[in-house]
Amino acid sequence: MKENGDKPAVQIKGLRKSFGRQTVLDGIDLEVPQGETLTVLGRSGTGKSVLLKLIIGLQQPDAGSIEIFGQEVIGLPVAELNQIRKRIGFLFQQAALYDSLTVAENVAFPLRRHTKMNDDEINDRVRELLARVGMEKDVQKMPADISGGMKKRVGLARALALDPEVMLLDEPTAGLDPITTEEIDELIQGLNQERGITSIVVTHDLLSVRRLADRIVMLKEGHIVAEGGLDELRRSRDPFVAEFMHAGSQE
Amino acid sequence: MARRTAVVQPDCRNFRIGQKNIVMAASAAATKERNPVQAFFEWFGELGQFCVRLVRAAVTPPFELRELVRQMDEIGTRSLPLVALAGAAIGVVLSLHTRDSLARFGAKSVLPTVIFLSLIRESGPIITALVVSGRVGAGIGAELGSMKVTEQIDAIEASAVDPWKLLVATRVAAAMLMLPLLTIVADFCGIVTGWVATRIVEPLTFRHYIQQGFENVTFDDLLPATFKTIVFGLLIGLIGCFQGLRTRGGTEGVGRAATSAVVISSLFVILADVVLVQIIITFIEQ
Repeated sequence: MKENGDKPAVQIKGLRKSFGRQTVLDGIDLEVPQGETLTVLGRSGTGKSVLLKLIIGLQQPDAGSIEIFGQEVIGLPVAELNQIRKRIGFLFQQAALYDSLTVAENVAFPLRRHTKMNDDEINDRVRELLARVGMEKDVQKMPADISGGMKKRVGLARALALDPEVMLLDEPTAGLDPITTEEIDELIQGLNQERGITSIVVTHDLLSVRRLADRIVMLKEGHIVAEGGLDELRRSRDPFVAEFMHAGSQE
Repeated sequence: MARRTAVVQPDCRNFRIGQKNIVMAASAAATKERNPVQAFFEWFGELGQFCVRLVRAAVTPPFELRELVRQMDEIGTRSLPLVALAGAAIGVVLSLHTRDSLARFGAKSVLPTVIFLSLIRESGPIITALVVSGRVGAGIGAELGSMKVTEQIDAIEASAVDPWKLLVATRVAAAMLMLPLLTIVADFCGIVTGWVATRIVEPLTFRHYIQQGFENVTFDDLLPATFKTIVFGLLIGLIGCFQGLRTRGGTEGVGRAATSAVVISSLFVILADVVLVQIIITFIEQ
């Protein structure tokens, strides 16, 4: 872990979000120091993805505050929010590649928008990024022509394009085969170790958790019910946590 | 009962599935369905907000010129064959119908003028708008709808790009710019095929036909009628984007977005035509 002695990368206080009468997050407090890899566990539909979307400002919370690098992002004008978004890489659950663009163009999208690189530099950078996720052979394919796992890897390359300081990863390995899962986990781990990237990873895969997590938080009914390392959670006496860890490790 | 459960299930998928939630979702869905009047006004309210956001995105830099050109190609160039064909067909029909009617009054000699006037003033613009609303309205609705449900719009926003500028403003502007040009193409094709259809039954040279036709057509006939299609373009682009961006509920929702975009934009085009024609008559032609 890299410590700058700076402010935490992400600090969340009293975060609440509901859709209609359904409260999804009900008072979340969370601090993620720079360089930490935090995994968020919880059953499907407990607001894990919503948490990530709130952090990057795709949704607005009902209450609470979110500070990124010490700057409050709730209610921030879009122009300033976008400055922060450029420092964050976001991998969507279904990768969310742009259908109308090739794999290479997808990865080039943030570079074309936010850097002054010329076409050659962009091509080099795209090739480098795609090589890092093992997709260098498929640069000219359209997203419709590649598998779900490949889409995830391209999505990851796109998220890494601008050298983000924070990565928000929504189930980076869900639905992937064990080998690809391990590769992606190693990639995320490498980013954390080499570049000190702070990551928040939403996942269901306890094996990935073991590989990646410096710390784990577990969500249930909008609250954080457990927090700590993998072993701490394994020893938890809370019936929900115990059941979750037990069911997960049986896979 | 089985059907009802099937309807509410998608709402519950994101949440903890329990008996209580299903009941809540069912009652929420029921209230929604029972209130078409409220839904109607909500729709207009949302459209108003949408317009405000669109204007704000359209007038502030940076401008997405590259995407605008791409959309002008997509909306304009690719609609060209369809619009040309529709215009040509209308030209033939006008010639056939009008010739017959005029012959009854012994006024067959004004046939070219009637074809010109009716194409330029009304048939050309409205046919172009309806054809484009079918092709482009559905296209925009389905494209933005599928981008919405697959989180591509979120992805654009997350990478610090304004989707309103990139997707909405460019499409609406492209539709507004291209419709008058397409209308002129439809007018031209209709005029040419109008002559062809006339020529088959009587000896009228093309030169004579054009001369006669233009004799009584002024810029006051051409310009307002052509420029009113800018409004049609606005409506087609606006409704297509609006319906696309409010898509909910997976692939089924995408289909609904495409259909509703076509239906609503065609309807709005026809209603707007009524108003615009009245405005043109009152302010320009009196």
